[in-house]
Amino acid sequence: MSVMQPVVMMQGIVKRFGALVASDHVDLDILPNEIHALLGENGAGKTTLMKILYGLYQPDEGHIVIGGQPARLASPAAAIAHGIGFVSQHFSLVPTLTVAENIVLGYEGGALLDRAAMIASVTDTEQRYGFRVDPNALVRNLSVGQQQRVEILKALYRDCRVLILDEPTAVLTPQDAESLFETLRDLQQKHLSVIIITHKLEEVMAISQRVTVLRQGRVVGRVNTAETSPPQLANLMVGRNTVIVTRNLDHQISPEVALTVDGLRASDRRGVAALRGVTFHVHAGEVVGIAGVAGNGQSELVRILNGMQVPEGGSVVVSGKPVTLGDPRALSRARVGRIPEDRLKGVVGDLNVTHNLTLERIDDYTRAGHLDHKSMRETAERLIHEYQIKAKPYDLARTLSGGNMQKIILARTLSQRPVVVIAAQPTRGLDVGATEYVHQKLLEQKERGAGVLLISEDLDEIMILSDRILVIYEGAIVGEFSAANATVEAIGLLMAGSTARQQTVEALS
Amino acid sequence: MLGFRLERAPAPLWLRGFIPILAILVTFVLVSVLILAAGANPLDTFYQLLILPLTKATSRAEILVKATPLLLTGVAVAFAFASGYYNIGAEGQLYAGATVAAFLGTQLEGVSPLLAIPVMILGGFIAGALWALPSAILKVRLGVDEVVTTLLLNSVMIFFASALLNGPWRDPISNWPQSPTIAASAQFPQLFARTRIHFGFVLAILAVAALWWVFARTRFGLDVRAAGLGSEAARFMGVRVGRVMLLAALISGGVAGVAGVSEVAGTQLHLIEGISPGYGYTAIIIATLGGLTAPGVALAALFLALVDVGILSASRELGIPTYLGEIIQAMLLLVTLALLLLNRYRLRRARA
Repeated sequence: MSVMQPVVMMQGIVKRFGALVASDHVDLDILPNEIHALLGENGAGKTTLMKILYGLYQPDEGHIVIGGQPARLASPAAAIAHGIGFVSQHFSLVPTLTVAENIVLGYEGGALLDRAAMIASVTDTEQRYGFRVDPNALVRNLSVGQQQRVEILKALYRDCRVLILDEPTAVLTPQDAESLFETLRDLQQKHLSVIIITHKLEEVMAISQRVTVLRQGRVVGRVNTAETSPPQLANLMVGRNTVIVTRNLDHQISPEVALTVDGLRASDRRGVAALRGVTFHVHAGEVVGIAGVAGNGQSELVRILNGMQVPEGGSVVVSGKPVTLGDPRALSRARVGRIPEDRLKGVVGDLNVTHNLTLERIDDYTRAGHLDHKSMRETAERLIHEYQIKAKPYDLARTLSGGNMQKIILARTLSQRPVVVIAAQPTRGLDVGATEYVHQKLLEQKERGAGVLLISEDLDEIMILSDRILVIYEGAIVGEFSAANATVEAIGLLMAGSTARQQTVEALS
Repeated sequence: MLGFRLERAPAPLWLRGFIPILAILVTFVLVSVLILAAGANPLDTFYQLLILPLTKATSRAEILVKATPLLLTGVAVAFAFASGYYNIGAEGQLYAGATVAAFLGTQLEGVSPLLAIPVMILGGFIAGALWALPSAILKVRLGVDEVVTTLLLNSVMIFFASALLNGPWRDPISNWPQSPTIAASAQFPQLFARTRIHFGFVLAILAVAALWWVFARTRFGLDVRAAGLGSEAARFMGVRVGRVMLLAALISGGVAGVAGVSEVAGTQLHLIEGISPGYGYTAIIIATLGGLTAPGVALAALFLALVDVGILSASRELGIPTYLGEIIQAMLLLVTLALLLLNRYRLRRARA
């Protein structure tokens, strides 16, 4: 293996964004036919490095050698010409076009579209790599897993030799993820090299031959997967033993119900039913997790519980009193602490930290229409200190990191001692330290006696924090587990839509 | 090989303050080409345009007269824009105020100026606000694009005023389309002897001061800014974005209406066709160039008033067409918008 010439060599790559060094003298070599995992926390510089390889960013220092020749990748087009393919987390497919049209788009050649030839060439690519996707299907009718396959086909159609996948399993069910891995192993047989960006240790162990671990823009380890273990990788990744949040096992859940959601029905922006009668409750002092693959109604549920959307039916009761829906102020008054799905929808980036910390309770700082800047500033300083926000009161919110922005929302919300906390994707995109902090804060709320509803696509997070786990699929709650009897496999099956009927049949037989 | 490429990243903060100055410089470079084509020396032209008017007392006074409607409409537009409501209708709202002022002005004969002038101002404010109301309601209730509706209502109001002037209000003696002269008690007093600077300039200064005070000190100003800078997040935090936007739109219309009152009661003393040579549109340039802030709007309005006055002498002395002044203003808007867009990118040197 050591005599094989790498297909890609990145040497001494440095990339700076202002004061931030996103890549700090990174070396990376990719061998023929290998699946190479690029492991690191969010913000470790994995995606930056790969965007450099795909020509999206230019390195400030260092150079790239592809197939033994120095390569200058000024644009994605240049990278594609060098056989680099990139499948990002966010697919770039046109939903109203067919699979074949999406694959060929930009590579049609000639002024007229020869539909038969197009389908033939796409089918040829599919056969060469053993894919089965109908070239005539409309992309909008495909599942997320299938769409990802189309993205991969797109890269293969352009003769890629090195395929980069950015967190490919983030949007997949465990079952879809397994079948993606099958595909990748097939591609490996067909002499492709694959770089898979991930922060999930199991994936690294399951799929890769070698793994490069990045931390704060630097390579902190490169090992053969067969010779390592998840704990070793975790240590490399975070630079210390991961502290798993400690739960107070003596904590008693109150019989009192903090939040009742009854028969919520809603449509998504396209008018398609997104919630089909969602009913559940959260006790005071309990964390209830809602697990599910993205796009099964979580966003609509969160928007309704945030007061940002009016449901078509159903009701929400907070500590015994029904709440007016569609009015964020009503939820705020009912002492529902809201952590929105997208933190940029929870802070105004071009207002300063003080304003973002006080706007929700601005009545408290208003005297005869005028703002009491002094007491606003005092509140801001107190919360910045209490929640360890790395910012000054008059910094614009958008200059803060994701973690600090999330702390603004936490500080604003939790300092009001809410009776219910709606935490939607509270740690999305945060590093390990910030994630831990958020988890600790949510557990504090529960111990204080608040009912916490945790909606997350991160199953680990749900498993770690929840006392009770509900699974949402196609806008309905399809399963309930207590923390004690929940398993990833059982939840994964329900998340994937293995129907209740099948479950019952299995149970009966 | 050295090359440059643009990356999508916010430009450094220090650059933002320079954008208006940079815009002015770029505009003058571009306009130089046109001046050369018109057969004049750009440097002479800029001297005539920008320096000479400042050296003469009469021209300085004239700049303030010109600046009066520009300050008022500039404040009006900036306030609406800050809330995220793109009021392109200041021109029509100005005409609404001017029309009502022309009517009220003839009804206030013999009334004390202490009563007549506030009535004129209030009447113009209400007229402008009412003319802004339909678009604002359509926007807030139904999401109808206010850029289109406010723009279209401009023509409606301008032609309505024109219809009045060519019909019932036509001067019976001269047969000229101009309304009867307003009563002496309704006329704005002159501020200084032998200049045309009038009470409207005081109103304009008050409007700028009010803009600053509302944004810096009041709850409403914070609501407006939050709504404009991030309406989703503002709503999430409990700002009643629709209500705030509606109020901002109405106040904007009202202030533009006062600009109309000021033109009728301060300079023309009656309504004529073309009483505004597009102040309501120039206001969009002023608001944008001024970064929607009170000091910015004040500086931008004074600068454009200077161009307005300077172009007359430049035209007289150098024989260049006066519409070069309008070209400069329009170019300034385009360059400012282009720079604001570039502001979202960073220029990087690509290395070989």
